[in-house]
Amino acid sequence: MARKLFAVVAAGLFLASGSAMAQSVLRIGLNDDPDMLDPAPSRAYVARLVLTATCDKLFDVTPDLKIVPQLATGYELSGDGLTLTLKLRPNVKYSDGEPFDAESVKYNLERSMTLPASFRKAELTSIKSIDAVDPLTVRINLNEAMSPLVATISDRAGTMMSPKASKELGDRLGTKPVCAGPYTFVERVPQGRIVFQKNPNYWNAANIHIDRLEFHPILDSTVRLSNLAAGQLDMIERVSPSDLKQIRANPKLKVVGAPDIGYAYMQLNVANGPRAKTFADPRVREALDLSLDRETMVKVVFDSEYIAGNQWVAPSSEYFNKSLPVPKADIARAKKLLAEAGQPNLTFSLIVPPERDRQEMAQVFQAMAAEAGITIKIDTQENVAMLAAGIKGEFDAYLSFWSGRVDPDGNIYTFFTCKGSQNPSAYCNPAVDKLLDHARVVTDPAQRKKDYDEAAAIWLKDRPLLSLFYRNVFIAHSTRVQGFTPHPDGIIRVTGLKLAP
Amino acid sequence: MDLLGFALRRIGTIVPTLFAVSVLIFLLQQLLPGDPALALAGDERTPEVIEQIRQRYGFDKPLPVQYANWIGKAVLGDLGESYRTRAPVTKLIASTLPVTMELAVLAMLLALVTGIPAGVIAAVRDRRAGGTLVNVISLSGLSVPHFWLGIMMILLFSVDLGWLPASGYVPPWEDLGRNLITLIMPAIVLGTRVAAVLMRHTRSAMLEILQSDYIRTAHAKGLPQWRVVTKHALRNALVPVITLATIEFGYLLSGAVLTEQIFSIPGMGKLIVDAVFNRDYAVVQGVVLIAATLYIMMNLVGDLLYFVVSPRMRA
Repeated sequence: MARKLFAVVAAGLFLASGSAMAQSVLRIGLNDDPDMLDPAPSRAYVARLVLTATCDKLFDVTPDLKIVPQLATGYELSGDGLTLTLKLRPNVKYSDGEPFDAESVKYNLERSMTLPASFRKAELTSIKSIDAVDPLTVRINLNEAMSPLVATISDRAGTMMSPKASKELGDRLGTKPVCAGPYTFVERVPQGRIVFQKNPNYWNAANIHIDRLEFHPILDSTVRLSNLAAGQLDMIERVSPSDLKQIRANPKLKVVGAPDIGYAYMQLNVANGPRAKTFADPRVREALDLSLDRETMVKVVFDSEYIAGNQWVAPSSEYFNKSLPVPKADIARAKKLLAEAGQPNLTFSLIVPPERDRQEMAQVFQAMAAEAGITIKIDTQENVAMLAAGIKGEFDAYLSFWSGRVDPDGNIYTFFTCKGSQNPSAYCNPAVDKLLDHARVVTDPAQRKKDYDEAAAIWLKDRPLLSLFYRNVFIAHSTRVQGFTPHPDGIIRVTGLKLAP
Repeated sequence: MDLLGFALRRIGTIVPTLFAVSVLIFLLQQLLPGDPALALAGDERTPEVIEQIRQRYGFDKPLPVQYANWIGKAVLGDLGESYRTRAPVTKLIASTLPVTMELAVLAMLLALVTGIPAGVIAAVRDRRAGGTLVNVISLSGLSVPHFWLGIMMILLFSVDLGWLPASGYVPPWEDLGRNLITLIMPAIVLGTRVAAVLMRHTRSAMLEILQSDYIRTAHAKGLPQWRVVTKHALRNALVPVITLATIEFGYLLSGAVLTEQIFSIPGMGKLIVDAVFNRDYAVVQGVVLIAATLYIMMNLVGDLLYFVVSPRMRA
């Protein structure tokens, strides 16, 4: 009996190894478990990463943030900026055999704008109507000129899914996504792997070299790294700078990075409720700013793998302003300003989420500020609790990250305008509003940059938030993985990837 | 009192207990800091989006209404949908509970086959090298945190030696061999503490029994040592140990929470941790309710068995 069982087990193992040899499988470790695999109701970053394997978008973004064709082959913006015309790729089918055409693009955009569960509505409010002019031409009519729209449809809002599957599954489409991408959905094990199989009918199938993709959500970074080192995973995403040394020392692993498009910042409560009085005086905010030595912090906490900064876009962006250098710490001036403001013993509480990076950063800042006589009390609260406190105005200051958007508007508008949805400081300067509104309607990048430069010069003096540094997004992979190019959005593009035996 | 009457009376207490549990679960969640709508909104945290989420999931309604909506469906077997993935909670539990049960059963088996013999050795070899060694190992087993042990085992057996996979759970019906290979390390990590507990209890029970008169008699009759230990002493020592093992099984289910995180096993522990972090109340409520129900049912079965076995209960 025991021998029989052994034979069965051995045969099973043999078969499993046999089938693994026939098919190449790429296993990617994820930092979180994605929410819905449907771009309309999804909110998690990591869901974008997974969706990219199965769904093509109208446009994609290159490593240097240029917008390039994907399912659309090109676009044209009318002179008044009120009509956006898209040309579509011919002979493309969704993986269920439905044709990809202008009607389906219209359907997808309208779905994002109207589905009750959709979180894309706010991104698409500038759209008045959509016309399918002919099978390969779509005309988008706008209420107002909106320069960021093309960037928006190179992200989640431009993800195309089969209208037939969508009508069948409604807002549950994310449980079984059907798209026109490199891989087709196979299964999702709750709390476990998400599996995709190569799509033989993909328009760019010639450049897809791996048969099967598996995504494995693993929350702990040490465990993720061990799995990569042990060969259970082939790639891991968003690697922490503190793990880089270990990866670089391993000859079987490789790590590559790209500058992030977002920024880390300290939000200061300047006008939201009674707690705003600590930082109501701009001299106090300037004093805090001058007490923080960003370069040293980045060196100590992040081994200089990140870039110290004070702006709302990373130095790799064409909107970065070279004439606004990172301020040097100036303790004497900080003390003088505090004395002038009548708050020589400034004490405030800084809400910091419990994750290691932010805790260490907060401790370094605590020590730096102490030199200027500023007492920072670190108040550890989970990210969600921190954001809730922000909205209610129950905070002096907190440490946060913004993941960033391809169009600069996404990094600045909601943070600095009076009615901005991510402006918990209730900062309001009409001059900034006017410039940022203007940058939305003009299409000329040079003119937009001028607007942003002027606006930044104002808020850098007002300091409703202090931008601190820009991350690099690191992806680590086994040396078996070849042909990988990191992108600033951290999303793994599977096209062109190869797996050596 | 007859068995039926006893059973009915016990079942009668289950309904109010479950009701109290359900209210408690519901209220405790409300104490978690942070708005669930904000957690669900993620990067999209505009006031419109947050308001939309509140309406969609009924967070804008008064608490008693929210509770009534939930419990009304729950008694009909509908635990609602995950806020994050739209998957039915019953389906999530159905797919994760067997995984956790398998892990717990394997861990318990490991604990039984190592803990009890070790306890016997420690008792028989008391105050000698063998016994002391077993004692030291068991104390280490009790003191070592799961998380540390798990990572160390991954580093040794997966990264350095490459003998065992660090993750990649496969269901047994897909590939039993692979399933067991992926569960060896997690079962050891999870079973270590229980093995240590069982060992210590077996040891103390054995020590006591080995000094009793009937054991001396057995020795005097000229029975070989192994026979005295296994036949006469161990049998009696095992009664309290087995009771303990059933209690420890409940511990295994909760210990699985951490173990599943370390080895990324798609079980109920991982499900509830993720759900708490994401404020996925529907999932948290459903999982805790089911877990509590299971626990209460197990208690009921235990009580009924006692009733059948022990005449004293019937008086």
